Amino acid sequence: MLELIDISFKRDNKQILDKINLKLDENKFYVITGPNGSGKSSLAKIVMGIEKPDSGKIIFNGVDITDKSIDERAKLGISFAFQQPVSFKGLTVYDLLKIAVNKEITRNNACDILSKVGLCALNYVDREVNNSLSGGELKRIEIASVMARNPKLAIFDEPEAGIDLWSFQNLTNVFKQIQEQSKGITLVISHQERILNIADQIILLEDGKIKKVGSKNIMMNIIFKEETCCKGVNICE
Amino acid sequence: MNKTDEKLLNNVLDNDIQEADSYNIRKNGKSIDRKTNPYIDIISKEDGSGIDIYVKENTLFGIIDIPVIITESGLKDIVYNDFHIGKNSNVIIVAGCGIHNNDKHDSVHDGIHRFYLEENSKVKYIEKHYGSGKGKGKRILNPVTEIEMKKGSIMTMDSTQIKGVDSTLRVTKAVLDEDTTLVVNEKILTHNKQYAKTDFVVTLNGKNASCHVTSRSVATDESYQEFTSNIVGNNKSFAHVECDAIIQDKASVKAIPEIYANDIDANLIHEAAIGKIAGAQLMKLMSLGLSEKEAEETIINGFLK
Repeated sequence: MLELIDISFKRDNKQILDKINLKLDENKFYVITGPNGSGKSSLAKIVMGIEKPDSGKIIFNGVDITDKSIDERAKLGISFAFQQPVSFKGLTVYDLLKIAVNKEITRNNACDILSKVGLCALNYVDREVNNSLSGGELKRIEIASVMARNPKLAIFDEPEAGIDLWSFQNLTNVFKQIQEQSKGITLVISHQERILNIADQIILLEDGKIKKVGSKNIMMNIIFKEETCCKGVNICE
Repeated sequence: MNKTDEKLLNNVLDNDIQEADSYNIRKNGKSIDRKTNPYIDIISKEDGSGIDIYVKENTLFGIIDIPVIITESGLKDIVYNDFHIGKNSNVIIVAGCGIHNNDKHDSVHDGIHRFYLEENSKVKYIEKHYGSGKGKGKRILNPVTEIEMKKGSIMTMDSTQIKGVDSTLRVTKAVLDEDTTLVVNEKILTHNKQYAKTDFVVTLNGKNASCHVTSRSVATDESYQEFTSNIVGNNKSFAHVECDAIIQDKASVKAIPEIYANDIDANLIHEAAIGKIAGAQLMKLMSLGLSEKEAEETIINGFLK
């Protein structure tokens, strides 16, 4: 279980998150949605340890992780797919997956992981994770690096952005596979209706506060009827 | 050869020297061992200043090792090695230099390597520099590489300096004729108060001559690196120079690009980027379970791979 207690976060004199309280249960698929600038990505980064909250506590499976570093959280089973995948000169896709799995894996193992994100694996294992790959390819490799860790808490920050020709169906299959494998928590930041549609629970964030949390059926009605839709939630897109 | 010699050799050669088709080992200013074959000959210069390496026309897949090792503190060694590569031949040349200095005097090796590539010949040139020893005397290497490329020839030069060299000034000059390609990959890591300066001067004289220079370097501690490139396009030609450097601690890196087009169809590009390791790279690797130090090492090792 992941528990956020009174998480507040301020940057450049702006209150990004204001006393967030949340409890996320295992084996459930959560989507955090809300207008641009509502604090969604900041919240995800705070859970991974990329940003530090100004106040509040984060408890993961009974352990207070508030002061733990990114790698300590990773070792506890938290994994994070970045919205903007990071590129590395000199590191190959194979190198990255070996780091992710944290043991020696064969090229075939690496290929298996890559094929789950729709990449014709043999063409990719020896490619450098650099800008010679398209944004969509980098994004899928980013998602593969999270899958490879078999995480207890998998966080995806706008996974649909730049996914190119790879279909949403495949992306939702990836989420299902991760859930089936690890029986853990999946937490996705997204605006996309098709991703909201597969959520067990949707968390609607607005101006750094949780506006409402509920099941997909209830929340979809609220979100689509809300004026917020036209204020900037990209669901309309 | 003693154990120190063997260690130096292993650090500057990727291959087993006994497997080379021809080789010449120079130790403390003198040739100590040599092997030749009917296709690749090595002859000492009459004035004793170095060697001439002759590769016959149409020689295919020859491997030539020309290592230099210096273990005498205070030695200043200058050598001229001239490579005459015959038409249509294809060879790999490995020419590393290792200095072991356990005393207080500076040891210097200036290797002047001149390459004459005849038409349609192909050379892969691998140069590794390495320094070891606990003496206060510096390990100084100043390699000069001069390349003349005739029509249709191709040369790839991989130069690596990863450890232990206190000061280096490396100069590479090349003149390219028609339909030639020169590819240079340079990797440098400096630490402590080391100094490394590299200087590329490439003149693209022939139609369709092309040159690709990639320099990746890491400067740590208080070390200083300087990268200068001067590419001149005198014809329809192409050049791409990429200089990427990571700096850490109190290190400094200076990159001076100069590209000079003398022809409307000369297409010359220079890219240079210097900066610390990107925070996002560290965070990504840490999110995969590496500590900050492990992440840094992984990024640097990959960068210089």
